[in-house]
Amino acid sequence: MSLEAGKKAPAVSAGSAGRGGGLVLLAALAVLFPIIFSNPSVTNYGVLTMIFVTAATGWNIFSGNSGYISLGQAVFYGSGAYAMGIAARDWHIQGTGVFALLPLSGAVGALIAVPFGLVALRVRRHTFIVITLAIFFIFQLMAFNLWFTGGSSGLGSPFLSWSPVSYNRSFYYIALAFAAGSVLVAWAVRRSRFGLQLRAIRDDEERARGLGVKAMRVKLGAFTISGAITAMIGAVWFYYLNQVEPQTGFNPLFDLSLVLMVFLGGYGSVSGPVLGALIIEPLTLWLNTQPAFSGSVSEIVLGAIFLLVVLFLPRGIIPTGGELITKIRTRGKPAVIPATTVGPPSPVSPGRSVSSGGTL
Amino acid sequence: MAREITQAIVDGILVGGVYALMAVGLTLIFGVLDIINVAQGVLVILGAYLSYSLFTKAHIDPFLGLLVTVPAMFALGVVIHWAFIRRLRGTERTSMTLLVTYAVGLIIEGILFKVYGASTVQLTTSYTNSSVHVLGFYIGWIYIWGFVLAVALVVALYALLYRTKFGRSVRATMQDETAARLVGIDVNRVAALTFGIGVAVTAAGGMVYGATNAFNANSGYDLISRLLSIIILGGMGSVGGALGASVLMLTLESVVTVWQPTWAVAVYYAVLVVVLLYRPTGLFGRQAVRAQ
Amino acid sequence: MTALLRTEAITKAYGGVQALSGATVAVEEGTVAGLIGPNGSGKTTLFNVITGYARPDAGQVLFRDRAITGYAPDKVFAAGIGRTFQLTRIFPRLTVIENMLIAAQSRDRPKNLLAGFGRGAWTQHRRHAQELLAFAGIERHAEVLAGSLSYGQRKLLELAYVLVADPAVLLLDEPAGGVNPTLINHIADRIRLLNAQQGKTFLLVEHNMEFVMGLCSTITVLESGADVVSGPPEIVRTDKRVLDAYLGTDVDEEEEDAQ
Repeated sequence: MSLEAGKKAPAVSAGSAGRGGGLVLLAALAVLFPIIFSNPSVTNYGVLTMIFVTAATGWNIFSGNSGYISLGQAVFYGSGAYAMGIAARDWHIQGTGVFALLPLSGAVGALIAVPFGLVALRVRRHTFIVITLAIFFIFQLMAFNLWFTGGSSGLGSPFLSWSPVSYNRSFYYIALAFAAGSVLVAWAVRRSRFGLQLRAIRDDEERARGLGVKAMRVKLGAFTISGAITAMIGAVWFYYLNQVEPQTGFNPLFDLSLVLMVFLGGYGSVSGPVLGALIIEPLTLWLNTQPAFSGSVSEIVLGAIFLLVVLFLPRGIIPTGGELITKIRTRGKPAVIPATTVGPPSPVSPGRSVSSGGTL
Repeated sequence: MAREITQAIVDGILVGGVYALMAVGLTLIFGVLDIINVAQGVLVILGAYLSYSLFTKAHIDPFLGLLVTVPAMFALGVVIHWAFIRRLRGTERTSMTLLVTYAVGLIIEGILFKVYGASTVQLTTSYTNSSVHVLGFYIGWIYIWGFVLAVALVVALYALLYRTKFGRSVRATMQDETAARLVGIDVNRVAALTFGIGVAVTAAGGMVYGATNAFNANSGYDLISRLLSIIILGGMGSVGGALGASVLMLTLESVVTVWQPTWAVAVYYAVLVVVLLYRPTGLFGRQAVRAQ
Repeated sequence: MTALLRTEAITKAYGGVQALSGATVAVEEGTVAGLIGPNGSGKTTLFNVITGYARPDAGQVLFRDRAITGYAPDKVFAAGIGRTFQLTRIFPRLTVIENMLIAAQSRDRPKNLLAGFGRGAWTQHRRHAQELLAFAGIERHAEVLAGSLSYGQRKLLELAYVLVADPAVLLLDEPAGGVNPTLINHIADRIRLLNAQQGKTFLLVEHNMEFVMGLCSTITVLESGADVVSGPPEIVRTDKRVLDAYLGTDVDEEEEDAQ
């Protein structure tokens, strides 16, 4: 046992040193991005990409870990946007004060998540997907028809009279902060007991329940966190574009994009959604600028890419890539010790107390 | 008021028959393949556009045109199954196929937008606007014919399921795929053909829908949300349930529209949520929803 | 002295099938008891009823003379009854040690949501889990995904699992099923050890007669959902009713014809 631990240790530290260095580099690049590329049309890509990194990570915190695929994240996104818009309009908030409304959007997202989750999380997974769709449509309908949402022309946000360069740069850093924050939350969830329970629910919910996991509480918790994050970044998006309408705030393509990003990058992992968003969002934005790819064609392309990913890369790039790397590294060595080697019976049976010493 | 409501009820029942057609296809697909085909809404619109094109370009009467569109949609269904769905295996198959069909639907929608543009159209023939006057109520002929068509097709479907060897294989597969395999049923073939049938009925549904509504490529979303509510209400996998739920929901919507046209469609979602809270397997449905 | 765990006249029907029709089983404290019977006699159903995965139509389940009929699985687990499954139910995408931690986490509740994110209590649970894995014999696979374990290793994991909560009674559903002879002996060994050194009570469902006869001090035979015979192995082995249950009454007629 100690021999094996020794053999494992250097490999792990070398790997993590490499990973640590890579992360620092990535972080540096992310921070320097708008300074290097100050052209507003480029930084625009950056802002929207970071927004989607946040949204995809938020989606994954719940869906990736629990296995409940949600097609209704747009509910939070749009609600966060509308919440900020309505508050700014009714409380007459101008300028940078609008940013102070971000926590409000987050709270709105969380408040919506609770009843939404209580209803939706009782059913089986495939029915769950359907319910999230239904609730999505309800919200879109409300956005069109409720008296305070501005109807089909939607809401505008207060303007910030900054220069395009500093406007984009500021929004970029805000979105980056959110992206980093959501990744941090995703990482914390993953490593925690809470995250473990979520993943157990994903594998076998009934068994997890039978072992004492409070499934509804755990699922609802993750769903609320995910909802709050998505709502806040929706508000950022709204303020950045200065406008929200029912069909843009509650856009059926939004969830599909998120799912695509997460599946592409790696469902269930922390870095997967980030990678997926970094690939898909700039691609989508670029496609929309090409004359040949007017609105409807981007739908086709998105759908086609999604099919390809789901059919051929079912676990996403990062896990599949990770497996590939592991295969290359451990070439020739068996991955799992064969079944016949069961450990020698321990002469001391494990006592109730932890400090039984034993022959570990 | 009473008159309006009665008219609404009559309308609802008639339209419900048409929706039943589309819903039955959807629920059949779920019962046999464990798939939620969210592309069904867009496929209805595709059927509508096909009938529309056949009529406006080739002057083929929509009902006659079904002889073309139904087999064509059947073939499309088989192709979709073969190309995309067949490959999906594993424990999260139902969720994955839902995403796949969502994507397929999106692609078809995009193609329809590209080909037909964003403006709405409607299939209008000489008879689509004429109605018969019965007991003081107006009943559009197209609705009557559509209802008759729906009933005829559902009866044919039942005959297929309960009187043919193929139908037996379908029902066996519905109940237990492994057991069906063991008895020598080619489950893949059954799956492909069933998916094709499920899609083929949308051709008929689409034609009638196109004749009674203005539509464009975007209309699929509205449709699929209603269809999903209907089959969940009626019990996923239950053909009879789909029928009953269609008539019920459409009548309900029709009556609510008399008071509140804007929010009438919310009726579907509300009912859906309420049903799922208290009876997760649907109202009419059997306990046959497989564990995913 | 009443038995530690017993059922009284449990009946349970699934649709048209009567799975249990009056099953009364008693397990004395500190014994290794066996539950045998032909396929379809209701053994797993009885387990499901005892451990809360199914509700009986009638009858009671009593643990330490307290009725626990209808308790949800996690309450049964918390009461001190552990259970393994015939088709191993582990969490395939978690590592072996994570599987153990899930079983362990039910033992204490974090004070608040934030504590759920902390790592403190885990070190203790981890050590305990690793000890149990070593006891079962699979400690070297601790960081491996449970889904990549072989069938036999999974059975050992399930055993380690069920020990995490330190149950008083262990219900093992076919612990030796589909496993090679070396492993069978290893498992039997572990059971004996737990019984002898810690006084744990066992109720095993098994088809492997050698395993059962060699390990259990009391054996109950289920047939068509009801208990037919109960007693020490020597008695049960030769009881005519048991032979009937397994081989059918043709044996009886053949013997009569032969006479």
